[in-house]
Amino acid sequence: MSLLTTASVLASPAAPGSPGPGLADFGHDPVWISIIKGLVIFVFLLLGVLFGVWLERKLISRMQHRYGPNRAGKFGLLQTVADGLKMGLKEDLMPRKVDKVIFFLAPVIISVPAILAYSVIPMGPVVSMFGHKTPLQLTDMPVAVLFILAMSSIGVYGIVLAGWASKSPYAILGGLRSSAQVVSYEIAMGLSFVAVFLYAGTLSTSEIVAKQADGGTATLFGLDIPLPSWYAILLIPSFLIYVMTMFGEVNRVPFDLPEGEGELVAGYHTEYSSSLKFAMFQLAEYVNVFVVSGVAVTLFLGGWRAPWPISLWDGANVGWLPLLWFFAKIVLIFCFFVWVRASLPRVRYDQLMAFGWKVLIPLNLAWILLVATFRALRVEQSTPVFILMAIVVIGALAVFFRFDTVQQRRREARAEQIEEEFEQLREEPTAGGFPVPPLDLPHYHGANRKEVPSA
Amino acid sequence: MSGVGFWPPSVLEVVFLLLGLVAVGSALLVVTTRQLVHAALWLVVCFGALAGCYLVLTAEFVAWVQVLIYVGAVVVLLLFGIMLTRAPIGRSDDLDSGNRVVAAVVAVATAGVLVSVVVGGFQHAYADLRPGAGSAEELGASIFRNWVLPFEALSVLLLAALIGAIVLSRTDIKGRR
Repeated sequence: MSLLTTASVLASPAAPGSPGPGLADFGHDPVWISIIKGLVIFVFLLLGVLFGVWLERKLISRMQHRYGPNRAGKFGLLQTVADGLKMGLKEDLMPRKVDKVIFFLAPVIISVPAILAYSVIPMGPVVSMFGHKTPLQLTDMPVAVLFILAMSSIGVYGIVLAGWASKSPYAILGGLRSSAQVVSYEIAMGLSFVAVFLYAGTLSTSEIVAKQADGGTATLFGLDIPLPSWYAILLIPSFLIYVMTMFGEVNRVPFDLPEGEGELVAGYHTEYSSSLKFAMFQLAEYVNVFVVSGVAVTLFLGGWRAPWPISLWDGANVGWLPLLWFFAKIVLIFCFFVWVRASLPRVRYDQLMAFGWKVLIPLNLAWILLVATFRALRVEQSTPVFILMAIVVIGALAVFFRFDTVQQRRREARAEQIEEEFEQLREEPTAGGFPVPPLDLPHYHGANRKEVPSA
Repeated sequence: MSGVGFWPPSVLEVVFLLLGLVAVGSALLVVTTRQLVHAALWLVVCFGALAGCYLVLTAEFVAWVQVLIYVGAVVVLLLFGIMLTRAPIGRSDDLDSGNRVVAAVVAVATAGVLVSVVVGGFQHAYADLRPGAGSAEELGASIFRNWVLPFEALSVLLLAALIGAIVLSRTDIKGRR
C-alpha cells in the first residue's frame, strides 16, 4: 500500500516536495548503471580516505596550535598520497610463525564489509543518468539498516583475527579488547535505531529518509504544533546514544582501546609493518568512520535532504544538488570526530564496558519503552495522552533524582570515611601507614653525589 | 502443491543445494580440523552458508539477523573465550575427544531421523517463493498475531538462562545452606 503511494509520487520525481525514492524504485537499473554507481561509491570512499586523513591531520594540528602537514603539495594536500606511495614501496614483512593465511586475510576482511555497507546509503533523489531515471543509491532492501549492522559486525573479524594471527601479546590484547568492545557497543547501537524504526515504520534507508521530509504535526490542547522532521531532534536521546556508540564501534578516541598506543604499542596491527596491509587497516578505519557518519546522516539528520532554512527553497531537494547536502553533512560529522579526538582523553577499559552496559543499554531500553508507549497511545491524538506522558516522565525523573541523592549521600559518607583513614595513617606511619621517606634523604640524589662547581 | 517436478532444477535450487553443501562441508571441518581457531572460523563459514540459504528462500530478515547474531556476536564471543584462555597457532594434537565414535554415531543417527522425517513428510511439498514474504513486516505480523505464546515462552526461557548465567558467574551469591 505504502509502496504504491510512493511509486505514484515518483512518477514525477521533479515535483518539489515529493518525499523521494522508496523501495519500489530499486531493482530496475540496467547492469551498467549499477556498475557505474558502485565504481563511483568506491572512488568516492577512496578519495574520501585520502582527503579525510589530510583534513584530520590539518584540523587537529590547528586545534593544537601547530601547522600540520604543509610540505607535499599546496597546503600539504598530497601528504596522504605520499604516505600511501611510501607504504606501497616499503618491504612487506611477514613475521615468522604467524598464521600466514589469516595474517594475510585480516586486512581484507576488515575493509571489504566497510565498503559494502555504503551500498545502501542514500545520497540523493531520483536523477536522470544517461537518460535513465535512477535514485542516487546503489541499492536498497527492506532490511537495509540490518544489513549495515551485519556488515559492521563482520568487520570485527578483521581486528580479532589480525590480533590473533600476529602471535604477539600486544596484538592479541588489542584483538581481545576490540571483540568485547564492539559486541557490547553494537547492542547499544542497534537499540538506538529502534526508536527510528518505530517512527519511520520501515528498515529501508531510502524510506527512512523520505519519512524525514516532513515532521507532521502533533495536536495538543487543540493546537497544531509542527514537529521537527529530523529524527535527531525528535528522538534526541536515541541520537545522543548513537553518537556515543559510533565512537565505540569504529574504535576512535575516546574509545580507541584496541590500538591504544599508550599501553599496547599499536594494538591489533602492531605486527603489520608500514606496508600496504597497514594501509588497508588505515583505509578500513576511515571508511568505517564514513559509514557510521553516513548512517547518522541517513537515520537521524534527514539524509540527503537540505537542512531547514534551505529546504524552504523548492529547488533544494531536486536533481543532483542534494549530493552537496549529503557531502556537507558527512564532512561536518567527520570534523566532529576530529574535534572529539582533540578534546577527550582515552577512557579506561573497565569504564568503557561499564558505560556501555550499565548506562547506554538501560537508558536506551527505557527510552524505547517510552517511545513505544507514546506511539501506541498517539492513535487517539488526544490531550490526556500527553498529560499521561508528562506524569510518567516527571515520575521517572523523580525516582531517578531520589536514587541519585541517596547515592550521592552514600558516596559522600564513603569519601569522608576514606579521608578519615588517610588522616589517621598520615599521622602514624608505623600503624601500616604510608612509608614516605623524608625528602632530604641522600638516596634521592645518590649517596656519592658531588656538587660540581660551575666556575 | 504436487505436480511440480524437481527436474530440471532451477538456478535457485542449484544455488540452494550448493550453499547446503558448503554448510555441511564446513560443519564437518569444524569438528575435524586440528587448529582450534580455524574451527571457529569454519563455523563462521557454516553460519554464512546458512544465511545464504535463507536469502535464497527470500527470508531476508532472518538471513541478516543470522549474520548479525551468529556470525557477528556468537562466534566473536567464542573467539573471545578461546583467545582469553589459549589460542595456539598451528596444530594441536590433543583436540580429539575420547568419545568421538559415540558422538559420530549419535550425530549420524540424528541426521538420519531428521532427513527421513523431512523426506517422508514433505517429499512432494513445494512452496512457491514470493519476494517480500520474509520481510520484517510480515514476520512481525505473524509472530505477534499467530505465534505470540511461543514467542513469550521463548523470551521467558532466555530470561531464565540469563539470570542463571549471572547466578553461576557471581561468587558472592551463596547457595542455601
